[in-house]
Amino acid sequence: MRYVSPNSPGSLVQYPDRYDHYINGEWVPPARGRYFENVSPVTGRPFIQIARGTHEDVERALDAAHAAKAAWGATPAAARAQILNRIADVMEQNLEQLAVSETWDNGKPIRETLAADLPLAIDHFRYFAGVIRANEGTAAELDANTVTYHIKEPLGVVGQIIPWNFPLLMAAWKLAPALAAGNCVVLKPAEQTPASIMLWVSLVGHLLPKGVLNIVNGFGIEAGKPLAQSPRISKVAFTGETSTGRLIMQYASENIIPVTLELGGKSPNIFFADVMAEDDAFRQKALEGFGMFMLNQGEVCTCPSRALIQRSIYKDFLDLAVERARLTVPGDPLDTNTKLGAQASNDQLEKILSYIDIGQKEGATLRMGGERVRLGGELEHGYYCAPTVFEGHNKMRVFQEEIFGPVVSVTSFEDDADAINLANDTLYGLGAGLWTRSVHNAYRVGRAVQAGRVWTNCYHLYPAHAAFGGYKHSGIGRENHHMMLGHYQQTKNLLVSYDPNPMGFF
Amino acid sequence: MSTLPDQGFSQVSVTDAAAALIRRLVLDHGPVMFFQSGGCCDGSAPMCWPKGEFRLGERDVRLGVIEGAEYWIGGDQYERWAHTRLVLDVVPGRGAGFSLEAPEGVRFIIRSELCSLEELTALNNTPLPRGGDAR
Repeated sequence: MRYVSPNSPGSLVQYPDRYDHYINGEWVPPARGRYFENVSPVTGRPFIQIARGTHEDVERALDAAHAAKAAWGATPAAARAQILNRIADVMEQNLEQLAVSETWDNGKPIRETLAADLPLAIDHFRYFAGVIRANEGTAAELDANTVTYHIKEPLGVVGQIIPWNFPLLMAAWKLAPALAAGNCVVLKPAEQTPASIMLWVSLVGHLLPKGVLNIVNGFGIEAGKPLAQSPRISKVAFTGETSTGRLIMQYASENIIPVTLELGGKSPNIFFADVMAEDDAFRQKALEGFGMFMLNQGEVCTCPSRALIQRSIYKDFLDLAVERARLTVPGDPLDTNTKLGAQASNDQLEKILSYIDIGQKEGATLRMGGERVRLGGELEHGYYCAPTVFEGHNKMRVFQEEIFGPVVSVTSFEDDADAINLANDTLYGLGAGLWTRSVHNAYRVGRAVQAGRVWTNCYHLYPAHAAFGGYKHSGIGRENHHMMLGHYQQTKNLLVSYDPNPMGFF
Repeated sequence: MSTLPDQGFSQVSVTDAAAALIRRLVLDHGPVMFFQSGGCCDGSAPMCWPKGEFRLGERDVRLGVIEGAEYWIGGDQYERWAHTRLVLDVVPGRGAGFSLEAPEGVRFIIRSELCSLEELTALNNTPLPRGGDAR
């Protein structure tokens, strides 16, 4: 079936003409009265205007957050958890509507937003509603009369800047732990994909006390920078690329506040020879694992964009993998049969094509794909790219940079040591995949690969309660797990003497 | 920042359209600089910031100067890019990060060429300046 395009008669999604900021529980027009056009990558056409925020709007949002922080921080964890659970419930009741919006805003297939983005985002709120109930400090008796208490406190007001590849899910990853821990938030959505977050807050915003969650839209330089640089935030969280990550750390150093950063990767997907030992379900699972580079059009920080295949099976495995990958072609993102949607923006598509160009200039062999796809009709100007498979070697730029498109670069390895060496020959270390029938290989190689997560005989699973974050240039912090609460908390130590007698010092 | 030594060979060039955009941005924002990003989302994209906005690291490498703007890349990333030349271009788009051109509805983008043997030899003889050289 095909969902009706937003703003058309009969669609689940009818956007207003424009979205303002969401500050202190209200819709607030931008201080300078300016808006920008938000384009749907499905059609390449604008569909809504979005507030173009500036530092005045950021200050207003920070005012609201600071006014709310004492009461929210003092709200019992049980009450905060209840609100997060209610947010999850409302999202679940509106799952289809939010999924259609997310697809329209980002270009990803509705099949994924219905089955992954929304269910995962919903579960994320429930997960942090759960873990905050069990979160506790510690107490230790240092001697018979001296006790040290460690009490978790919220940081206060935090700034969060989120990316465009999973707009609602990335918002959930950042908001759920921050709110659960008792912080007030000023959130800046990506300028490519602000619409579904604003639709989301129009559904759930009333569940939170005023000022606890504030959303300021706009461009990075105009709205993101004043947020990241503000002395009025106690922490900044950012998902994006390395140079902005460095810039955000510099801003944070001005205010001596912590940062968490998720900055991407160039994830290896390692296939050992024994995956081909049997012609069985597991072999098919591994072949499917190769095709995971197409998930979300490759616009995933952990896209398995380097496939490393053991030499003895290289040709046979790759032939089968390419044959299987050829079955996936871009299509209408609102059609439930579509597995590959649109790239999120025109510049993203152009960037992918520029990498396909340099890959060929460097001598990589284009095994399939390599071009923009025109789908005709209403979708003619949407941003569609054919799944692309390169063969080459690990020093090529298509093996070293996250292209953020449905592009995988394939090479071979000889043995375990070679696989580990190639896997680690990258600046990044966010995700990795490993496919083998040998538990010994799986553990040894999995431990040796320098990546925050090594999917073993699976890929692209993002459940709450599995820590996600990077080694090396991929960033700082671990999301998706209760340990993320620690990144949104301060530790208060009360060191108490129960001895009534003087210490005898003076 | 003090001045860096003259650079014999520039590893970055600029299209006419991108040059015109740089001139326009300089009118609005004053002198600008570029830094080549890596990683996800808008990784591998050029970032254009007000000159001096970004504190350069010792090992950052200056690929060249285009329209009066220095173009830098991280030292580790340069090692993996050293065999290519960049051409700064511009396309319609939405931008991201804190790059100055995003509100204009356009995005800087890089296209890449392989360095010739002569260019690689020139680079080998006269390595590009590093951030630390200017201190």
